[in-house]
Amino acid sequence: MSVPLVEMRDISIAFGGIKAVDSVSVDLHAGEVVALLGHNGAGKSTLIKILSGAYPADAGEIRVRGQQARIASPRDAKTYGIETIYQTLALADNVDAAANVFLGREIVTRWGTLDDAAMESQTRKVMARLNPHFRRFKEPVRALSGGQRQSVAIARAIYFDAKILIMDEPTAALGPAETKQVGELVLELKRQGIGIFLISHDIHDVFDLADRVSVMKNGRLVGTARVEDVTKDEVLGMIILGKCPPGAVPGPGASADA
Amino acid sequence: MTHQLRALEIDPRLVGMLGALAAIWIGFDLLSGGAFVTPRNLWNLSVQTASIAVMACGMVLIIVTRNIDLSVGAILGFVSMLVGVLQARLLPELLGLEHPATWLIAVAAAIVAGGAIGLFQGALIAYLGIPSFIVTLGGLLVWRGAAWWVTQGQTVAPMDSTFRKLGGGIEGAIGAPLSWAIAAVGCAAILAALWFARQRKMRFGFAVRPAWAEATVALLSCGAVVGAVAIANAYYLPPRVAERLAQAQGLAIPEGGLFIGHGLAVPVLVALGVGLAMTVLAMRTRFGRYVFAIGGNPEAAELSGVNTRRTLMKVFGLMGVLCGIAACISTARLNAATNAAGTLDELYVIAAAVIGGTSLAGGLGTIAGAMLGALVMQSLQSGMVLLGVDAPMQNIVVGLVLVFAVWVDTVYRRGIR
Repeated sequence: MSVPLVEMRDISIAFGGIKAVDSVSVDLHAGEVVALLGHNGAGKSTLIKILSGAYPADAGEIRVRGQQARIASPRDAKTYGIETIYQTLALADNVDAAANVFLGREIVTRWGTLDDAAMESQTRKVMARLNPHFRRFKEPVRALSGGQRQSVAIARAIYFDAKILIMDEPTAALGPAETKQVGELVLELKRQGIGIFLISHDIHDVFDLADRVSVMKNGRLVGTARVEDVTKDEVLGMIILGKCPPGAVPGPGASADA
Repeated sequence: MTHQLRALEIDPRLVGMLGALAAIWIGFDLLSGGAFVTPRNLWNLSVQTASIAVMACGMVLIIVTRNIDLSVGAILGFVSMLVGVLQARLLPELLGLEHPATWLIAVAAAIVAGGAIGLFQGALIAYLGIPSFIVTLGGLLVWRGAAWWVTQGQTVAPMDSTFRKLGGGIEGAIGAPLSWAIAAVGCAAILAALWFARQRKMRFGFAVRPAWAEATVALLSCGAVVGAVAIANAYYLPPRVAERLAQAQGLAIPEGGLFIGHGLAVPVLVALGVGLAMTVLAMRTRFGRYVFAIGGNPEAAELSGVNTRRTLMKVFGLMGVLCGIAACISTARLNAATNAAGTLDELYVIAAAVIGGTSLAGGLGTIAGAMLGALVMQSLQSGMVLLGVDAPMQNIVVGLVLVFAVWVDTVYRRGIR
């Protein structure tokens, strides 16, 4: 097997004595979609925020293409090609789409001033691919619909040649048509060789898109399985009961009676 | 009408403020029997506004990041005392009285001292996580107390004669020819900026204003510049001063008296320069973009890789620098440093920013709006002085106007949502 694109080994983090993530190991290969499942509060988002640089891990190591990676801030994560689409979308509501897409990585002119025209032009190009109906480039993103805001957040993540994409509940705020669109996008990015972590509390959102599932419960890893080797019901059992089925590789969080 | 306004791409809020300003000016002019809209009064008004306007530019960025700075008046007071002691006591001993470098050293010291105080307060807010309200409330007491300590409360005077030009007055006006030259440069710059912006948009194939709208914007902007200079030049020096000047240059005094225009006042030029620089900083640089992004969503800015803490500290540092500049203007104008200088200025500065459309919820505000806000407030105060309204009543009116202006703005914003 090839060297994983990302490997998170024995990651732990505690907030005020509560172990939000307890010795969790997950990995992701190029062109692969790994769904990270679990109830609300299972520690999925926290785990992924460690990878995206929002939280520093208390213990464990992160390897990118086999090399140990030091990720202490969102900027560090981006230098490794790790881009994140947050559940909250993390958009600055008071500025326009281009300003959000390029936030922190603005295009500047020869004189070091912002090149808004160039940024808008690039944003138009990437949005034409993601959401051809998008027209509201001049308005603050506050004025946009849920799907349009989602497009802006995705544009920001993929514009900068992401190698590793983290999508935290990407379809939570979307209608059926837009959800389908995000699904198509995931498959397209996968074809381009991007590794994708899909985080969801709803198995139905992700089962058809994912190659593997990793399930977390109470901050611990229940197990990891290839989607061919398990049924939806078995994965539900992992999520709800922490019961690891025969087709899955059990983690430290698998319940003892399994 | 609204369609045409949209084609002009002029902020309707700015138009509203200009309308309010015009109403105030005309109102006072009628009530005072034509004493308000005169070159002399408007010139004085511009000089009186300069110090608050300079600080309001910085306050916009502070409030945009969802913070507040209550210490600006006290910083102004403390820096004023430093500047006063420096040029009235220390530098004359070191360099001799009226040394040509005195004013430069004094201004540099004010900027460095103000900036250092601002950065220090900013560090407490950004890195230690103490609310800005508390840090700057503490700062208000600390720096006001420190201003007293510098000389144990004694007033320091007089200032260096070159430094005094920063405060306006006859010496601090640049004269009519130079003012016209600045107007010409200003108009050329406006036209060039409009032209380049249009070229740039066309290169990317974006929609541009129709030609008539572009011409209207150019005409209005240049008209404002030329008009302001014409007013400043129409305020003539007192006859005696003009005569003395003519005699010094060996000129004959013509029949019917000698009319020498003041021209723009130095503090007004400083304020306009600060406003321009701050507008570029806010709208056209990464720093400015980050300031607004932090105001819109601090978490998003952080997750996008913006160093929010350092940006926040810099914003407060910048506010301190502007307090230093304002301290020079007000000290020069008074020709004395007093430990009470700048008392209550924090409230006028915040009010100017808020009247100018800066939202206390963060993320929204313009430099031009804040400077106009400062002008609106100063107009109200000057107008009431002109009408002989006593001080307590002035405060009542300014207070009511502040609340009213914010209410109007809230209603307006709800309308566009």
